Amino acid sequence: MEWIRQRLDKIKEPFAPGKKYEKYAPAVNAIDTFLFTPNHTTQKGAHIRDAVDLKRTMITVVLALVPALLFGMWNAGYQHFSQLGEAFTFWEALGHGALKFIPMIVVSYAVGLGIEFAFAIFRGHEVNEGYLVTGLLIPMIMPIDLPLWMLALSVVFAVLIGKEAFGGTGMNILNPALTARAFAFFAYPTYMSGNQVWVSEASNVDAISGETILGSLAAGDNVSYGMMDMFYGIIPGSVSETSTLLILVGALLLILTKVGSWRIMLSAFIGAAAMALIFNALPAMGVTGNDLTNFPWYGHLIIGGLAFGIVFMATDPVSAAQTLKGKWIYGFLIGFLSVMIRVFNPAYPEGVMLAILLMNVFAPTIDHYVIQSNIKRRKKRIQSATAQVKTTV
Amino acid sequence: MSKDIRIKRGLSLKLEGEAEKELVKAPRSKTYAIKPPDFHALVPKMVLKEGAKVLAGDELFFSKYTDELRFTSPVSGTLKEIKRGEKRKIMEVIIEADPEDTYRDFGKMDAASSDAEAVKQRVLESGCGAFINQRPYDIVADPKDTPKAIFISAVSTAPLAPDWGFILKDKVAAFQEGVDALKKLTPGKVHLAVDASSAQYLKDIKGVELHNVKGPHPAGNVGVQIHKIDPINQGDRVWTVNPEDVTIIGNLFLTGKFIADKTVAVTGSEATNRKYFSITIGAEVADIINKVDEDVRIISGNVLTGLKLAYDQHISFFSNEVTLIPEGNNYRAFGWLPFTYNNIHSNSRTSLSFLFPNKKFKPTTNLNGEERALVVTGEMEEVLPMDVYPMQLIKACMAGDIEKMENLGIYEVSPEDFALVEYVNTSKIEIQEVIRLGLDLMITEVG
Repeated sequence: MEWIRQRLDKIKEPFAPGKKYEKYAPAVNAIDTFLFTPNHTTQKGAHIRDAVDLKRTMITVVLALVPALLFGMWNAGYQHFSQLGEAFTFWEALGHGALKFIPMIVVSYAVGLGIEFAFAIFRGHEVNEGYLVTGLLIPMIMPIDLPLWMLALSVVFAVLIGKEAFGGTGMNILNPALTARAFAFFAYPTYMSGNQVWVSEASNVDAISGETILGSLAAGDNVSYGMMDMFYGIIPGSVSETSTLLILVGALLLILTKVGSWRIMLSAFIGAAAMALIFNALPAMGVTGNDLTNFPWYGHLIIGGLAFGIVFMATDPVSAAQTLKGKWIYGFLIGFLSVMIRVFNPAYPEGVMLAILLMNVFAPTIDHYVIQSNIKRRKKRIQSATAQVKTTV
Repeated sequence: MSKDIRIKRGLSLKLEGEAEKELVKAPRSKTYAIKPPDFHALVPKMVLKEGAKVLAGDELFFSKYTDELRFTSPVSGTLKEIKRGEKRKIMEVIIEADPEDTYRDFGKMDAASSDAEAVKQRVLESGCGAFINQRPYDIVADPKDTPKAIFISAVSTAPLAPDWGFILKDKVAAFQEGVDALKKLTPGKVHLAVDASSAQYLKDIKGVELHNVKGPHPAGNVGVQIHKIDPINQGDRVWTVNPEDVTIIGNLFLTGKFIADKTVAVTGSEATNRKYFSITIGAEVADIINKVDEDVRIISGNVLTGLKLAYDQHISFFSNEVTLIPEGNNYRAFGWLPFTYNNIHSNSRTSLSFLFPNKKFKPTTNLNGEERALVVTGEMEEVLPMDVYPMQLIKACMAGDIEKMENLGIYEVSPEDFALVEYVNTSKIEIQEVIRLGLDLMITEVG
């Protein structure tokens, strides 16, 4: 390690302040600080600091994503081979998925980090770590067969319009990963919906039943999967959204490390369950619903991208509500609206994406009203204090 | 009558290097220094020239904009040097001490039975006004104001903080006299906050409203106590005094002399003589600590709010503590990996340090990361037990939005209340400075 350190110091020499390549220092620093936590000491304020930094926080999210990611690779292979009716082994399935999925990750990181580095150099700040998570999330919520150039274009849109246009990390209003998905969804709908895209190379096969469960429900078709299949995630869908079980494993890590907000996750699931229960109660009120409204409420929680969206997207601290009370409201409405969009608008079976983006937009408003109550309390205190003075005088 | 205050949110850092409860008389320093920058926003004006002879209690300088506010010499001797910094700003006034102190005699006075105006005059002419701080803004109090209350916090919750019970146990009479004097300065109450240790000695102090404070740091911060007891509204003025400074004021009335004696605890993992030292204000730090090199940081105060000192410098005016910790200018390979380097404390759970709640940590001055944009939410609220939205207030301060700062409670906070917020902050933003600059803006814009 000592040797690497010395080499790095040597390499960094021309990038030092006042030297020839000073401007490009953020790029080199990004690589350096990836290998070593720097030797910076506190100069002002508190002399000691917490061990946590943004890199740690972001890497923890990446770790939380790994179970769902690996499962997604395997499931991609599984869906492919089982739909074709071919015999296959565990490793063949995983290999098939990996061959499809790893290029997506590489493209996402290369394009996204390229833009991030360019902006860091252009704006003269260090490279923020946020894209480590975003860059992994984007391929995970896309169909496995999405052409790589579309993925790249979505990444460009998400990073430029979704993030940098607002001032970079920490300032964006929308979750960048969902911005990418929304872009792809509306720009290339044929690649993002229907019953041909969710199973790897499905378009080559004639009689494939590659619909997602939400798609089947919306179309009024029979769902051929059991509840446990849905929970384990052995169903067609975006690469890593299917396995509720492994998403919950990731959620557990996020909650235990206090990186993800349990308030948002819990309230979002409660919101989704509440909306689904309302729909389930329709027949009792004399309204005949459809397959989607009658789908059991617990089923709503485990199908589609709801769990993935709630655990990994809704909890993005930048685009979520920032106050504690606000988080409860924000989460609840995400769950509530997700199921509502699902049921009322079968053209967009994946409601969670739109629900989260919508709530991203409203999060500052929620915070505003939460904070306003604090401000009102303070103003009231002044009034009562002056009133006291008057009565004593 | 006592009222209990229980603080739930916060963080008590357990660090290596607590001071042993043994009081030692420090050797007399060759020079003593009063440093005007210790009094934030003060513009000093010298009354003496270099080479002048002074008695302990003689005026050295006063506040340019409030000339009643005088700052006096803690020892008798010769004014050796006036150290100036940029733009001829006075940084230090150094006095070469006589072997024995000769005090200027202000005359004894019974504070309880004296006229309020006379008490105030005595406090000011002796230089004891310097001990009185004002909230909002956390600056030296303006004697022209009438505070709605005075707060004294004898609660130690800061990391490695000195034990107030131990410091005050032999100074109870002076403390009582000091309280009697302070009572004359406000039409309101004098609030005294105590913890289990200081309560043993201070529970019978008369003329105060006693508050038993329990809970993690920053429960001991006077700002947090004010917030719980009698929060500051726009236009209010409250004053705060450190407990040992109350005894100095008390001694002034009991003896007629400005006896600027203080107890300073030497703490921290790198200190070898971890004891309580009895010093005179402005003493040389080298007289009470072991010789250290560049790789040790000397802090006048605690690790969260203290001031960095060089080995040949003088202890700050308000410090009751000197902390020595190792510098952390080393690289750590793959320091970003979660659950590694668990010997570094973290309030987040990305380090396994939380599994050892009783372990005493040995922190260095490493920043443990680099400055980033504010991303993570919710961590600040965990360590700020106030009805204030920290992140929103910080952002308002950064933006210089005065109305927003006012609405979000800028009058109720001081930089030290945000020290823990700064400690836990993932983005490594210099939050105490942000708050300080915000307060400075309020001083110039609102006053």
